[in-house]
Amino acid sequence: MIDIDKLSVVFGEGEDRVLAVDQFSLRVEAGESFGLVGESGSGKSTVLRAVAGLVDTWTGDMGVDGAKLGRKRSRDFYAKVQMVFQDPFGSLHPKHTIDRILSETLIVHGLDNREARVRAVLEQVQLGPSFRFRYPHQLSGGQRQRIAIARALVLNPRIILLDEPTSALDVSIQAEILNLLDDIRTQLGVTYLLVSHDLGVVAHMCNRFAVMRQGRLVEVAESGHLGTGVLSHAYSRQLLLASKGYDRALVDTFSDL
Amino acid sequence: MTETSILDVQNLNVRFDTPKGEFHAVKDVSFTMGREKLAIVGESGSGKTQTGRAILGLTQGRITADRMTFHNSNLLGLSPKAWREIRGRRIAMVMQDPKYSLNPVMTIGDQLIEAGQRHVGTVSPRQRGLEMLEAVKIRDPLRVFRAWPHELSGGMGQRAMIAMMLMAEPELLIADEPTSALDVTVRLQVLAILDDLVKTRNMGLIFISHDLNLVRTFADRVLIMYGGRVVEELPARDLYSATHPYTRGLLACAPEVDNPKKRLAILARDPAWADAPPARQPAGGRP
Repeated sequence: MIDIDKLSVVFGEGEDRVLAVDQFSLRVEAGESFGLVGESGSGKSTVLRAVAGLVDTWTGDMGVDGAKLGRKRSRDFYAKVQMVFQDPFGSLHPKHTIDRILSETLIVHGLDNREARVRAVLEQVQLGPSFRFRYPHQLSGGQRQRIAIARALVLNPRIILLDEPTSALDVSIQAEILNLLDDIRTQLGVTYLLVSHDLGVVAHMCNRFAVMRQGRLVEVAESGHLGTGVLSHAYSRQLLLASKGYDRALVDTFSDL
Repeated sequence: MTETSILDVQNLNVRFDTPKGEFHAVKDVSFTMGREKLAIVGESGSGKTQTGRAILGLTQGRITADRMTFHNSNLLGLSPKAWREIRGRRIAMVMQDPKYSLNPVMTIGDQLIEAGQRHVGTVSPRQRGLEMLEAVKIRDPLRVFRAWPHELSGGMGQRAMIAMMLMAEPELLIADEPTSALDVTVRLQVLAILDDLVKTRNMGLIFISHDLNLVRTFADRVLIMYGGRVVEELPARDLYSATHPYTRGLLACAPEVDNPKKRLAILARDPAWADAPPARQPAGGRP
């Protein structure tokens, strides 16, 4: 469903040149939920943004659903691939009603029957129709993230790119959003590419995941392996142990960061 | 506990006047602590930060309490001069985000020296600043001493912040989500620094966090707050046998790497939790 072959992304030039993603290759099957984990600066979000067409300084090959991706993305591409961002405060227009936020996508794509579609998608994210006439500031963080998911869903995409969708939320709200995302995937069979720094979230949401470090792929593992800690690379193992909680003795074993 | 207790808070309340009426952010919070790692855990709006700030008188809200003493000083109604003797010197605070809490137009070294200004010591402030950077495991103290805040990574910035707070050798450190903005391995390294400082400097630490799993493995004792109230207090190692439905709910809804769940539990909130009198559970049993 998503094919990435030797993707490299460069930011800046001269002295400021940063190789954010370095020869990264990945294949995500249709209907899969695939995770990208890594620490800040590992390039995980940049990979996602490159797939979404939000970064244009990339080289290599990318394909979605068999079609090769160019620098400019067509409307058809966005009907197929949608994205949910980390910050539900920053990703919704503060002066637009929810109805307008959701309808705008439909207008851009020339779809009719907009009211019915907006109502239906609000129901999908378990919000009542009354939410149509509210503004983002009148919603809680969890409700805002539901709207962001609704906006991604309203076009019936095949792929949803999720960039840290719950890291700005309290853990109890995170549980609600993760369950919702799980339900949506079961019902619609969409493919998820999910970026998170939280191995717990990735282990819960994804059948497979890739560990990234300094722009490179460290390894691809199956989430089922996490319980027993069967990861082949020392860095991934360190990440796994660190995410289990504090252990004074463990900290001394950390290799240089 | 009383003979080693350094901080005693009884029925602390913090109230804010808002256009919509009074907002009661902290309700009847009571605890005493010694030179230990006490965690205050809760979700956003639980009052954990306001509790930490109230101890230092750093809230815009109205503070009332039956008692709030640090050693023999009554922290209620101190004069600005008396506060200066305590804030930063005897009780220090580390904030969440080094990007916003360091002065962007002062080098780390100058900020260290400023933080230690009122400390009377035998070594020069510069020497002491370098020592503190070493104490928080910064490998090249001189480089960091000369650096500007924007030249440091998040983990380095947070270490520099902790170093500043240590300049005056406080007896109590209040750390408000000191590691939430950090990567997981750096987070544990910063916690190890705090842990070692509590042990070697005989310091008390109030660790404010939203991360139950981290607190369970790091702290000695935990207060769980909901809606401004302490709903449960227990030793950190007993967190899994917590009895309050809120604590249990929080534990159940977090995804865990080595304990996969088909579906995450949803926390059903009971507004009564915020109204009920605090459930106090001194080691032993239930009332």
